[in-house]
Amino acid sequence: MGNKQTIFTDEQLDAYQDCTFFTRKEILRLHGRYHEMAPNVVPMDYTKDPDVKLPMQLIINMPELKENPFRERIVESFSEDGEGSLSFNDFVDMFSVLSEMAPRELKAIYAFKIYDFNTDNFICKADLEKTLNKLTREELTAEEITLVCEKVIEEADMDGDGKLGFADFENMISKAPDFLSTFHIRI
Amino acid sequence: MSQLPAFTLRVPENAESDGQEPSPDNEGALHSSFCQLIEEQSSLVAGAIEMELQERSREPSALLPPLDPIASTGLELEQGEQHPGYATTLRILANMPSRTIGRSRGAIISQYYNRTARLRRRSSRPSLQQLNRTARPSLRQYDLESDPAHATLADKQSLLAKELLSLPPAQRSQVLMEVPLSLEEKRSLRRQLSQKRSTPGLRAHSAEPTFACACWQDCIVLGCRTLWYRFLALVHAAQPWHYALKQISGRFGSSVLSYFLFLKTLLLFNIISFLLLLVFVVALQAAYPPAVASPHPFTGLELLTGVGSFTHSLLYYGYYSNTTLNDPSASSPSGSTSPSRATQLPYNMPLAYMFTIAASFFATCILLMYSMYHSFLKSYRVGSSTRVLAIKIFSAWDFKVVQRHSVKLQSENICTQLKELLAEQQLRSCPLSLSQRLRHITVLLLAWLLALGTVLGCVVAVYYFSEHMHTVQQEQGAAAGSAWQQEGVLLALPLIVSLLNTLMPHFYNLLAAWEKQDSPEAEVYVAICRNLLLKMVILGLLCYQWLSRRLICSAKECWETCVGQDLYRFVVMDFIFTLLDTGFGELLWRLILEKKLKSKRRPEFDIAQNVLELIYGQTLTWLGVLFAPLLPAVQVLKLLLLFYIKKTSLMQNCQSPSKPWQASHMSTVFITLLFFPSFLGAAIFVSYTIWWEKPSETCGPFRGLQTIYQTPKVWVELLEESNPNIAWFSWIPQYLVENTVFLFFLSGIVLAVIYFNIQVLRGQRRIICLLEEQIANEGEDKKFLIQKIHSIYDRKVHCA
Repeated sequence: MGNKQTIFTDEQLDAYQDCTFFTRKEILRLHGRYHEMAPNVVPMDYTKDPDVKLPMQLIINMPELKENPFRERIVESFSEDGEGSLSFNDFVDMFSVLSEMAPRELKAIYAFKIYDFNTDNFICKADLEKTLNKLTREELTAEEITLVCEKVIEEADMDGDGKLGFADFENMISKAPDFLSTFHIRI
Repeated sequence: MSQLPAFTLRVPENAESDGQEPSPDNEGALHSSFCQLIEEQSSLVAGAIEMELQERSREPSALLPPLDPIASTGLELEQGEQHPGYATTLRILANMPSRTIGRSRGAIISQYYNRTARLRRRSSRPSLQQLNRTARPSLRQYDLESDPAHATLADKQSLLAKELLSLPPAQRSQVLMEVPLSLEEKRSLRRQLSQKRSTPGLRAHSAEPTFACACWQDCIVLGCRTLWYRFLALVHAAQPWHYALKQISGRFGSSVLSYFLFLKTLLLFNIISFLLLLVFVVALQAAYPPAVASPHPFTGLELLTGVGSFTHSLLYYGYYSNTTLNDPSASSPSGSTSPSRATQLPYNMPLAYMFTIAASFFATCILLMYSMYHSFLKSYRVGSSTRVLAIKIFSAWDFKVVQRHSVKLQSENICTQLKELLAEQQLRSCPLSLSQRLRHITVLLLAWLLALGTVLGCVVAVYYFSEHMHTVQQEQGAAAGSAWQQEGVLLALPLIVSLLNTLMPHFYNLLAAWEKQDSPEAEVYVAICRNLLLKMVILGLLCYQWLSRRLICSAKECWETCVGQDLYRFVVMDFIFTLLDTGFGELLWRLILEKKLKSKRRPEFDIAQNVLELIYGQTLTWLGVLFAPLLPAVQVLKLLLLFYIKKTSLMQNCQSPSKPWQASHMSTVFITLLFFPSFLGAAIFVSYTIWWEKPSETCGPFRGLQTIYQTPKVWVELLEESNPNIAWFSWIPQYLVENTVFLFFLSGIVLAVIYFNIQVLRGQRRIICLLEEQIANEGEDKKFLIQKIHSIYDRKVHCA
């Protein structure tokens, strides 16, 4: 846009624009946020694509994620190395999927990953119980939790295997009009 | 899935002796074939597992499902014993193609490769929107011949890149943005794409002209995309409210945010109307001002009442001239200055006025319908009432809320809602007794009667009050009272109407508390209904009064300016009363709660009531645009001030909402309400004025004509006189616009399209039910097959 920035090359910024739902200014803003989390570790010059990862502890202390009960799962779902540390690419990817413009299908894929606590490709009863406990901060009694889990599996499980596969989850999410507006973080 | 997937069943020789298909009676053959199949699959799976392990080293345990014998799958045998083949079966099931999507990169890339390959092979290219919108692969569409499932990851990526190149650039970038791979992989894919694009050898086999065309097309589209990105960046940088909205959503969630987004939408509509009017009407009239009779001095009271020095100003209809501005043939036109200026184009003010008003209404209509379309697309779901609990758990948590206290409140809300849902589902089994139901119905009837009675009472009160004010003003006109008294008379009616509009909703809230509806959504709908009815009926009465010239105003000869002034006063009064309502309803109430009642609770932001206020204000603006062309500017200022005042009051005085609120559903309802009674009503009023009302003789751009609608006819006649060759031009309005047959035909087509869409929707609902049943049946089939396999294996083991 006329002002010279030396953080990314033009080609890199074009690549980010084509592969995510952000504009150049937003990418630069994201880099600013990434940098301020660990100014000594994150370089200002990203033209050579440095291999820098920030650990999960720093990311989940961001103001946008700090109070979210699913913050660890969110960061783990976008982390490439399995321990929850995010490189800048993963960081941008995370906020791109959680942005307003991401389509429902993409959000459903990642939402399924987030709610699948034991990463077995299914949302089983144990996953549902953990989700409920995180949502309600353990205010529900044990029998209410069991009742709710049973009802959810009864409602959403279509092929009768007692757990929610991705197909069941996506079918249910497509019926939820509020999903797009609630599964959204403003950065 | 109407046909089973084809898989080769290797049956040993002895089973084909009579040429029959292997049957469950032929146990040996069937068992060995299934056993072999399972073994083959296990070895394949083992190989696949190794491959996946190499690719995704972080989830070695993910691909092995928990070997928990007490796992509540439907595949448990009746006795609950663990079958020796159980672990293998589970492993096979967990690696079925429908289970691995979203997990394994290879599967995603293969799936997208197949999609784009299918696109290439079709003769006509449908857009990706027409394909199945899920990420789940379907075995029917799985291309088994050229299945790259066994290729390496790098091969798969290059295959996908090659396929993507054959797509048009718009679809290509859409696929790139939406494919659920990590960003690094997307960037490497994009690099491969650009490398392949720069090597022309790839397209050597295609014909030269198409290659050249495609190349140019690519360049143009890429250039457009870069320009579009630059424009988007500008627009985003110019958004001043990004952080304000983030703050609001962080503390109060999506529900309160929807009010502010609605305000932003209204601001956009008004800015567009204002710009159109400014460029085509106001600025030009300001450049060529007519001779003003006697300019009044400016006192501060004009801002409130709109009379005085504002009467003969750009604000109102009466100021605008009915001649062609800067007409070189006219000798000394009214108010033109400096005739020594170089000849410029003449400007037909009446025509411009009428067409600009029509164009601004048309633009608003298109924008409204576009917003409605988008809202419905996001929020309307066919048959969505059955999975309430599941949907609540997975989409109730608002990720935008970031403040600790609000998050705590949100947890409590969700907990309460879940408990209520559970209680409701249990209550369905024991319905209310007859006497309770009767009592409930009588209470509802009484409440509705009361509400309708109050609406009628308010309307009658407004009518008699305006009659009274009329007589008072006539007496005053004879008695020549002081300026303050005259202004007071003018302001009395708007004051009463705004007072009613502010107080009645609180009365309806009390009524709703007495009524106790079943669900909170029904409460909201009933409240919206009653408030909307009140506002629209009062506005209807006022419109009737304006059109029948029963006005209280100073400029007696120029009734349009009168109506414009009245509307200006209504808009200003509405703003003042909104401020007072915010002040008393929120600030004062919070102080009372804190200091006197010593309660921790704070007032809540009543979203429905505030949105209806906005709709009412916007209706007034749309009603008044014909009579006061600068009214959209006043509305823009009002909305800007309202944003900051409401935001400040919200942050200081209110607490997070405690009731559930379906944000996207209610946004759709509000934008529909903005279109249906509000915009359409205003459009009908303005159309009626243009078609039937006689403009006043002494002022405005349409003086001397029979109706405003005659302006283009007069112009066409002028054109015909000046140039007889274009007589055919008059054919268009005569045969198309005024001919009723054509209009009936048009409405017939619209009705037919609506009926067709309703039938399509009904058919889709039926198909959804059928498909759900089929999926359940397939699940039963799977269970049956697996149990059969296990029982046959058991029999084999026991026999052997």
